[in-house]
Parts: sequence; structure tokens; C-alpha cells
Amino acid sequence: MKKVAFLLFAILLTFAVGAHADGHCSDEIGCVVLAPDDPVTIGVMSALSGPVAFLGEDSVGGVEIALNRRGGLALGREIELITEDSLCSAEGGQTAAQKIASDEQILGVVGTSCSGAAASALPVISAAGMLMISPSNTSPALTNADMDAGGLWQPGYYRTAHNDEFQGAMAAEYALNELGAASAATIHDGDPYTDGLQAVMARTFGEMGGDVVFQGAVNKGDTDMTAILTEIATNPPDVLYFPIFEPEGNFVAAQSLNVPGLEDTILMGADGLLVASFPEATGEAAIGMYLSGPYLSSEDYSAFLAEWDEEFGGAPPSGFHAHAYDAANILLNAIESVAVEQEDGSIVIGRQALRDAVSATEGYAGLTGVLTCNETGDCATGEALGMYLITEAEVTEGNWPPDVIWSKAEAAMDDM
Amino acid sequence: MTQTRKVTHNKLLGIPLPAGHTGVDLIISALRIIIVALIVIGASSTLLEGRFTFEQWLALLFAGLAQGSIYALIALGYTLVYGILRMINFAHGDVFMAGAFTTVFLAKSLQQSGFLDSQPLLAILILMGFAALVSMTVAVLLERIAYRPLRNAPRLVPLITAIGASFFLQYTFRGLFGSGFKAYPTVAFLRGTIAVGSINIPVAQIFVFLSAIVLMLCLYWLVERTRIGKAMRSVSEDKEVATLMGVNVDLIIVFTFAIGGALAGAAGVINGFFRPQGVNFFMGFFPGIKAFTAAVLGGIGNIPGAMLGGMFLGVIETIGPNLVLNGLGIPSANQLKDVIAFTMLVLVLIFRPQGILGERLSVEKA
Repeated sequence: MKKVAFLLFAILLTFAVGAHADGHCSDEIGCVVLAPDDPVTIGVMSALSGPVAFLGEDSVGGVEIALNRRGGLALGREIELITEDSLCSAEGGQTAAQKIASDEQILGVVGTSCSGAAASALPVISAAGMLMISPSNTSPALTNADMDAGGLWQPGYYRTAHNDEFQGAMAAEYALNELGAASAATIHDGDPYTDGLQAVMARTFGEMGGDVVFQGAVNKGDTDMTAILTEIATNPPDVLYFPIFEPEGNFVAAQSLNVPGLEDTILMGADGLLVASFPEATGEAAIGMYLSGPYLSSEDYSAFLAEWDEEFGGAPPSGFHAHAYDAANILLNAIESVAVEQEDGSIVIGRQALRDAVSATEGYAGLTGVLTCNETGDCATGEALGMYLITEAEVTEGNWPPDVIWSKAEAAMDDM
Repeated sequence: MTQTRKVTHNKLLGIPLPAGHTGVDLIISALRIIIVALIVIGASSTLLEGRFTFEQWLALLFAGLAQGSIYALIALGYTLVYGILRMINFAHGDVFMAGAFTTVFLAKSLQQSGFLDSQPLLAILILMGFAALVSMTVAVLLERIAYRPLRNAPRLVPLITAIGASFFLQYTFRGLFGSGFKAYPTVAFLRGTIAVGSINIPVAQIFVFLSAIVLMLCLYWLVERTRIGKAMRSVSEDKEVATLMGVNVDLIIVFTFAIGGALAGAAGVINGFFRPQGVNFFMGFFPGIKAFTAAVLGGIGNIPGAMLGGMFLGVIETIGPNLVLNGLGIPSANQLKDVIAFTMLVLVLIFRPQGILGERLSVEKA
């Protein structure tokens, strides 16, 4: 009994001291206190090296443009951007997250690039009371809170990227209903992202009455796709869905021209290939190929691309720069909305309050469409996805982005 | 070297083995039988199933030969350097990347000026020459800066240095040209196909194959028939004796790196016209590993061996998954094509440890 009383006393004391030390902080998981001349610090965890470094480059560029448009200021202070390389692997995510978590001034992070890196970064970020908004994680597990079903969600995780569930299902629906395909084959590259996407597509396609004749995989780094394409050609499908990345996706598309039996097969990819370099690099094989991806056709987006060209030259190297831009803005808006200015000129930002503010994002008109965050951090609604058709203009004249020929939101409107 | 074996001590799971056999021998024999049996079972069940037509097998064969030609050209660089220095130049894949990546910009501008379409062969030769020059420069600098100071260090030191050099080259080129993917322009005459019997072989595959053969023959002639080739062979036999005979060993080593680099650069352009997409700073890594495998498969240090090893690996990679793994009922067989390729490597090496055409290395060389 004495022991329990002592323990209680100790706990109370800790709380009292803690509350005292934090001054005006009443947040349950702590506060960030910015002294009068401290900058507002946010982090970026991206794949900055390795074979998918272009993804990181793409996201960092999006964040930088978001910052530039605010004049580099939030709450009237300089924004300091801490950039960590999270690679595209579990180890990379872990290392980057630990570096971020060790800096108590960091309010939140835009990242990671890859779902694999997020899975190991999230526990660290979550335990540190921070929050992360990923521009390009699409694995369904990350926003699934049911641990028994493989869910990885923890408090503090958000994403502006669309969950694979939306995109895979949309591809299946489009293939069946709009293209009239009866059979489909899928190829992934062993990455959880591409595997998840093809699994959702194949499952939905099968459930809706289609026939999935082949589900196979290639390796990252493969250049010769003749073997798998020949295998597919033994029973040619109406649609070949390969939601993979450059350069393997280019090789699959280009080499499908030389494989007899695949002449009538419609090629379909996903946002991994929705990049300006894809049609030009793939050549005539890309003409007539369908790609699913975020519906970015607004005037705001054109202005964004112009700014990108001015700032970095050329077009963004991948398809998630606008998501990174939205992620940075959601984070900075939340910071601005919960910051409490003190009499001595310092600013106190409650970490739970910050999370709550991001969670409360509703109807935010971003570059990637209207964003509303649900309770497990999925901010993209999936309505902002569209099907793009690659035509001659993208391949030979460098037109980008291609026209959106169908979108879920518009299809829903037509049904009404 | 003599070794005395105490036969009575050779036991496996407590069972005495026949004289002259060790447990390791028995396991290797078992491994040989299992691998060969798996291949035979897999292949025969695929063929009996009759899912692929004869034309499809032939198409796969030609695709494999073309892919193998690329491996072979890179493998020549590994084999040359190994032959002279007994050193594995793991940065060689990145020397290939250096030529291919740099030349993609020249290729683009030649296409825009219309020269590539009006004089395709001449343009390709110019591009190959340029890429060879770039890769040669990189290879020579690599030797001078990273390897020569360590020439007398223990053998693992230059190996680790090579891996470091590989990363250095990758990220240098990423810094120079960015991390995005570039693509070679396509040339009209390479897009066509030639009908042979009932199948159409893409011209690009024939182009790759013939270029590789021609380059290899040139190299073979250089090494076997010229004065400098003789000097290379003498350095390979014994550096000290070669020095005593008046051979400038440093010069020969630089020359070897230069030739290996030039071949890799040329391979970069040939690869660019064969598989135009996917040119970036990381493109040398996997071909480098495959080419090294090809060099070991063919017998490292042996020029025709590297060529044969490359072709063999290319063909196994394209045919293997469909022929063997499909027959064994393994799902996603194509993802396992490297497994097939490396199983073949193991198989060849347990039957012929010196590689297909390799000579048994004397103690002094090894």
C-alpha cells in the first residue's frame, strides 16, 4: 500500500514538474516552443539516393515550391526545411525517422517516398509525437488501423497520396466497363506498391465478372521482358495491366510490340508511369496506352508546372510533386492554425493539437483535388483520379500531361 | 601440392564413406543430381504441356542471344582486367553507365539535327566512338586514382576500393545529369524485322549480336596477334618477368583498362539502340553483376569464355523461367529468372570449377 502511494506521488510529481517545465503547454503529448527568433522547422523524408531518387527529387521540389509561394515564411518566421534521405527501404526509413525525431524543434514531416520506408519510419515519428504526411505512400496497410489484418497505422500518419484500393479498383472498372475487356493479365515488380495495386485490380476485375488469365512479376533492374511477354502471349489477354515504374514499365511497353500475339492487347499502367519521360522514352509502343493517376488538369496545376520549369528547369521527374505540395501546405496551415503566441514573443505549438488540426482537414482544395482526411490519415478521397490516354502528341511532340479521358468523379456525375 | 587424406575419418552422418570420398564430395554429387533432375523434369513437363510454340521458343532464343551479347561485351572488360591484375573491377558496370549515359545527349542532338536518320550507321559509329572515349577516360582515371596506389596491397583492398569507386561513379553521374530516366532515340532500320522461316527476328537483335561478335573478334586479334597483345599476355603470366623482359607493366595495365573501358562504352551505345529506355545513373549496376557472372561462367580471364558466358547467361535468363520453372509449377516464374541464371552458374561451377572455357589456374596465378 505504501509502495502504491509512493508510486502515485511520484507520477503526480512528474506531471507537475513536466507541466511546470513546459510553461504554457497543456498538450497531452507535448509542445514545441519557438523562441522569438527560432525558425519554424519542418522535415522532409524522401528517397534522395538510390534507383528511385527521382521520387525524392520530385517531392522535395513540390515542398520547395509550396515554401516559395509562402515567401519562405510561416507565422511570420523563416521556415527551415530539414531534409533526410529515407531511401526506398525499411532501413532508410528507420534512419531518417530517428534523425528527425532527435530534433525536437521539428513540427512535422513530409514523407516518406516509399511505403516500405514509411512502415519503419512511422513508429519512430509517432512515438516522438510528431506527424508525417506522405505524398507518395499508397500501400493500403499504412492507413489500416487493424493490426491483426496487417494494418500499420499509428497516430500521426497522414497521406495526400491516394490509397491503392482506389486506383486498382478504378483500373479494373475502366477496363471492364469502358474498354469492354473480358480478360486481363497483370505484371508487378515485387514492390509492395505494385504488387498491392495489381492484386486489387485483379481481385476487382474478377469480382466484376472478368477473367484474370495471368498474374506475374518481373524484377527491378530487368531490361529484357521477352520471356514474360511471350508467356503472356500464349493466352493473350484483352488488357495487360502493369502498374510498375520506369524503366521496367518502358521495357514492358516497348518490347510488347515485338511479341507476336499481343497485337490486340490494350496496355494499362498506373501513376508510376505517369511521368513526362515515359511516352517519349517508350516511343510508338506507348501510343494508345492507358494510365491511371491523379487528376491534375486544373489551371493551378499548369501554373505549378510553369513555376517548376522556372525553378528547376524542365518537367517534374515523377507524378507526386503536387501531392508533396499539398502535404506541405496542409502541414503549414495546421501549424499556423494551432500556434499560440505568448507574451514574451515565443510561440507554443501543441503536438496533439497539430495532429488534430491535420485530421480535421476537410474540403481542402489542393492541387490534387479536394482533400478530406479520415480518421486513419487518408486525405485523398480517390475521386480525384482519372484515366489518361497516351496519344501521338505525347510521344512525338512532348505534350504533357496527356488528356484525362475519364474520371471517377465525372462518371459518377453522369450516372446521376 | 600434396595432401594426405586419412580415409578412415571420412564419415557422413556417422556412415563411413568409400575410400577417396569426403562428405563434401558426396553432397556435391547429390547437388549435381538434384539440380540436373529438376531441370530435366521442369523442361520436359513444359514441353509436354505444349503451351509455347516452336516459334516462341526461337524468338526467346534470339532475344536471349541479343541480351547475352550486351552481357558479353561488359564481361570482356572484367575478364581483361582480371586476366592481367587478378582483380575484380566491380566498378566496371559503372564505366559502362558512364559511356551510355553521357552519349544519350549526343544521340538526342544527332537525332534532332536529322543526321541520325539520314546516316544511321555512321551516326551509330560516331556515338560508339564517343561513348568508348568517355568510358575509356573513366576507366583509365579509375585505374590511376583508385587502383594503382593499391596495386601491392592485399587482394581484398582493391576489391573494396572498386565497390567504393562504383558508388562514386554512380553518384557523380547523378550529380552531372540528374536522376531521371533518359532514352536513346530509335532508328528506323533497327525497328524492322527480318523474316527467317516462320519467325520474324527484330533487326535490333541481329545488330546487337553482330556488333558484339565483331568487337570480340577485334579484341581477340588484338590480344593474340599484336605486339601489345603479346605484352598483355606476358604481364598476365608474370609481371616481374615481363618487367625484366622490357615490358612497361604500368603502360600495359593502363592499356588494358582503356580497352576494357572502350568496349564497355561501345556496349553502352549498342545497348542504347537495343533497349533504348532506362538510361540513368544506376543502369550499370545489374548489367555489371550479370556480366561478372558471365565472365566467371565462361572462365574468368578468357576472352572467348566471357563471350560464351554472356550469351549462355542471356539465353538461360530468357528461356529458363518459361522452360524450367513453369514446368515445375512455380508461380511468378519470371521474377525468378535470376535464380535460374545463378543456379546455372552454380551448376557449371560444380561440374567445371574453372568455368566453361577457363583453364585451371596454377597456384601462382590464383
